[in-house]
This record gives sequence, C-alpha cells and structure tokens, in this order.
Amino acid sequence: MKKIEAIVRHHKIDAVKEALVRLGHHGMTVTEVRGFGRQKGHTETYRGAEYVVDFVPKVKIEVVADDSTADQIVSGIVAAAKTGQIGDGKIFISELKDAVRIRTGETGGAAV
Amino acid sequence: MAQEAEEAARVEEAAAPTAEEAEAPTLDRGDNAWMLTSCALVLFMTTPGLAMFYGGLVRKQNVVSVLMQCITLMGLMAVLWAMVGYSLAFGGSNALIGNGDFLFMKGVEATWIEGQGSEIPIHPDLSIPRLTHMLFQGMFFIITPALICGAFAERMKFSAMVAFSVLWGLGVYCPLAHWVWGGGILAFGSSHATGIFSGGALDFAGGTVVHISSGVSALVAALLVGKRMGYPTQPMPPHNLAFTALGAGMLWVGWFGFNAGSALAADGIASSAFAATHFSAGAGAVAWPLVEWLWRGKPTLLGASSGAVAGLVCITPAAGFVTCMPAIFMGATAGVVCCFACALLKPKLGYDDSLDAFGVHGLGGTLGAILTGVFATRAVWDIGGGEPLGLIEGGTEVFKAQVVATVITWVFAVVGSVVLLKLIDFTIGLRVGEEDEVIGLDVSQHGEEGYIFG
Repeated sequence: MKKIEAIVRHHKIDAVKEALVRLGHHGMTVTEVRGFGRQKGHTETYRGAEYVVDFVPKVKIEVVADDSTADQIVSGIVAAAKTGQIGDGKIFISELKDAVRIRTGETGGAAV
Repeated sequence: MAQEAEEAARVEEAAAPTAEEAEAPTLDRGDNAWMLTSCALVLFMTTPGLAMFYGGLVRKQNVVSVLMQCITLMGLMAVLWAMVGYSLAFGGSNALIGNGDFLFMKGVEATWIEGQGSEIPIHPDLSIPRLTHMLFQGMFFIITPALICGAFAERMKFSAMVAFSVLWGLGVYCPLAHWVWGGGILAFGSSHATGIFSGGALDFAGGTVVHISSGVSALVAALLVGKRMGYPTQPMPPHNLAFTALGAGMLWVGWFGFNAGSALAADGIASSAFAATHFSAGAGAVAWPLVEWLWRGKPTLLGASSGAVAGLVCITPAAGFVTCMPAIFMGATAGVVCCFACALLKPKLGYDDSLDAFGVHGLGGTLGAILTGVFATRAVWDIGGGEPLGLIEGGTEVFKAQVVATVITWVFAVVGSVVLLKLIDFTIGLRVGEEDEVIGLDVSQHGEEGYIFG
C-alpha cells in the first residue's frame, strides 16, 4: 500500500478530484496548508513598506492506494494539477504499513 | 452699459443692510439646515470614517483600541467643547486666546427671558444660531485629536491618550482656532494680524488649525512614545484593508460637511468649496496609486484610499478660495508628495508614525496651506476687498502670510506637544508595558477582542 500526498494549487483541486474519480479511486483527504518551495513566497507592499510573505497557501490531498494503482494515480494527479508555471506543487509517495476502517475493524487493503 | 451699471448699483444699494439690520442678525433657515447637515457629516468622519480607516490599518489585536479612541473622543471632546472649549476658541476679540463669554454654553443656547419668552442667540456675523456655529466647530474639536491617534496607535496607554487629548485640545487646538478663526493674530484681515503675522492666514476649513497642528503633533508623539516593538524588522501589515477603504470613502463624504460647511452658509462659496473638495480628493485617489504603479508595478487599494485622504487634506485650507482646476492640481500633488513621504521619508528618518498621521495630515496640510497662497482667487471669495489674493493672480502678501502661519503653527504644535507629552510621561506614563503591547491594546487596555468568531 502507498500513501500519496500531493500539494497542489487551490484552483486545481476539482480537476485532481475528477481525475481520481475517473481512475476509479474513491476517497481522499483534503487539507488547507501553507508553505513554500523553491519559488519562495511573494512580496506585498503597504504604503511603501515591503513584506515578504514566505508561506503560500496550497491544498494537500492525501490518498491511499494499492501498489498496483499508485503509479496511475500519481500520473493522474500530475496531469490534472500541472500548469507549467512555478509553484505547481509536489507529490510525496510513501510506503504505508497498515490501515484500519473504524466502523468494521477491517485492516489493510480492505479498509481503504 | 452705463444703464446696466446704474441698475447694478441700485440693486447693490437695496441689498446692502442698513445699520439697524446689521445690528440684528436674522436666522436663515436654509443656511441653518445646511449647517446642521454639515455638523452631522463632520461627526460622521470620526466614527465611522476615521475609526474604520485607522481600524483597518492596525494589527487585529489593536482594532478595538482604535475604535475606542474615536468613540471616546466623540464623547470627551464634545463635553469639553460645551463646557470650556468653544469659549476659549471663539469668545471675545483678544489677540491670543478667547475669554469666558461662552463658558458652559452661556450666551449660546436658548434662554427664557421673562416677559419676552424664549430666545436663541443668532451669531452676529452669520445667519445661523450661535448654537449651530458652536456645534459645527465642536465637530472639528473632536476629529483633530482623533487624527493624532494614528501616530501612537498600538502602543500608547488609553489613560495617556485621554489626558493628552484634553490638554492638547485646550492648550493647542483652542488657541490655534482662536488665532485663525476667532479674530486672533493669524486671522485674515484682523487688526491683530500685523507685523510678523503678515496680515493673517487664509485657512478655509482647517489646513493649519486641524491638519498641520494634528500632523505635526502626531510626529512629536510618534518620536516621544517611541517605536512599536519589532518596528521595522517585524512585519506589521494592516489587518483589514477593506475597513480602510470603506473608512476612506466615508471620510470623503464627511469632508463635504467639513469643507463646504466651512462657508458657514448655504451659498455660492459652499458650492465652490464642495466642488474643489471633490475634485482634489479624486485627483489624490488617482495620483497616489499611479505613482505606485509606475514605481513598484502595482496600484494598491491602500494607495488609492490614502491618496483620496491626502487630496482632501490638501484642499482643506483652500477649499473656499480656489477654483476646480487648481483643486485637481493640489490633490494630485498631495497624492504624489504624501506617497513619497510615507514610502521614502519615513523609513529614511526612522520614526514610527504607525498610520502615517504626519505623512498625510502634517505634510498634506502644509502643502495645502502653501498652495492656498498660490491659487487663492478673488473669483471664488473676494475676501480681500478686490485685492488680488494668490500668486497666480499677482498677489504676494497672501503667500507670505501662508508661509508665516505655517511656520508659526509648526512651532506652536511642536512646543505644545513636547511639553504636554513630557508632562504625561513623567506623571502617568505614555506607553503600555511590553507584555501588554505584545498581547495588544484590545485585551490589555479594554479587556475586549475585536473578533470573536463562534
């Protein structure tokens, strides 16, 4: 099992969701996050005083997938979230040890 | 042509008041209606106008404190004005300060005269009750110290603000108002305005009395109270620019009462002042963001809001003396000058005028007072009895007088504010403690928060 965390632009969240649904994936967790990558933040000016805003708002999508579908999902997210401009985001993929469905107590792939 | 001239002379003769009429001023309902409306408009400038303009500019832990200062001054200065302020500013014909003629509203409000009934005194030089004049001038007494609050925002003790406003109102504002509007040493054409006073200043609605005095005192306060903790290394951006823009719009509307009301009648000068005010504000609102656009690449809402206020400040002393095109020039100049003052001069000199009370009111007011000496014209108000007024129409005396009045106002405001602030610092202290400043004045001074969601 893999956990895929994708940090994407706000306005791409619907496109990513639709891509995942098209791939037959059901279920995701979305969080409002702030941070910065290589492009850093942006500058704001108030009456001549400049402020560097380091943390740019983004959304983080977390999905859990079987090893067999993980690659497909990752490329689906890339295709949907890409604009080609700096600040498109990142995807982190990690091995997931286990998962539990609270209602039934099922574990592993059945719980996802 | 000769016939026409004769006709005009006859009309003039008929219109000229007889000695008897001049002694017994009568009420004009139209004038009074406009002046009462103007009173309300000027009060509207303090809260909500200035309160929102300043409230949006502070950080969110200080929004209550700014609104509280504005509301408090509306109460405090109103009461003080009724009791002593009006008398000190407008009583008698002394050169330096008023007298006790109107203390506690004596001779201002309606009285019952046995056998004659109720009588309300009419202002001897105007066609409105003295009470209306007193109310109108009282609104200026409220907003002027409120303007200063922008300089020491986010760090001054509430008690110190109250003490300063009372002392400053009586010790600095009232004498200045008397000098310029109460027949004192700076009043245009007054017998006291001789020698170094150069014949007195043209100050239609408060370039010297309101804006230079408050702006310069604001700078003194910013210097004596000291910088906010973390200034200028920590970011302190405005917490709600939408507030600020709405406040600026309200100030623009209220300013029509401020300036057009200063005609003290619903006449042609009021119309002219209204127009000049509007166009100057418009030019300021365009010029400031235009400078930003060319200089930094983006026109900002704060720039447009500040530019409108700068234009309004600059036209204030000139409103009843200049025509519309000079008004546009004055507003645009104020937008550019005040923009550079806030963006370049302040960081260079290193003072922390939190909300740019000096940058906008002090410098905008100074610019306006000087430019009044350039653009004042007989065409709008023939106050000099046919003599040319501003440089533009060939007069030089008015320009000299404007410079003198500006210098005197600067010196008086600096000295007065230093004395009062030092006095307060030695007694009750000017500034809140470090911890109180960090948690914000809302909680530390008032036990309230501006935003409680859910």
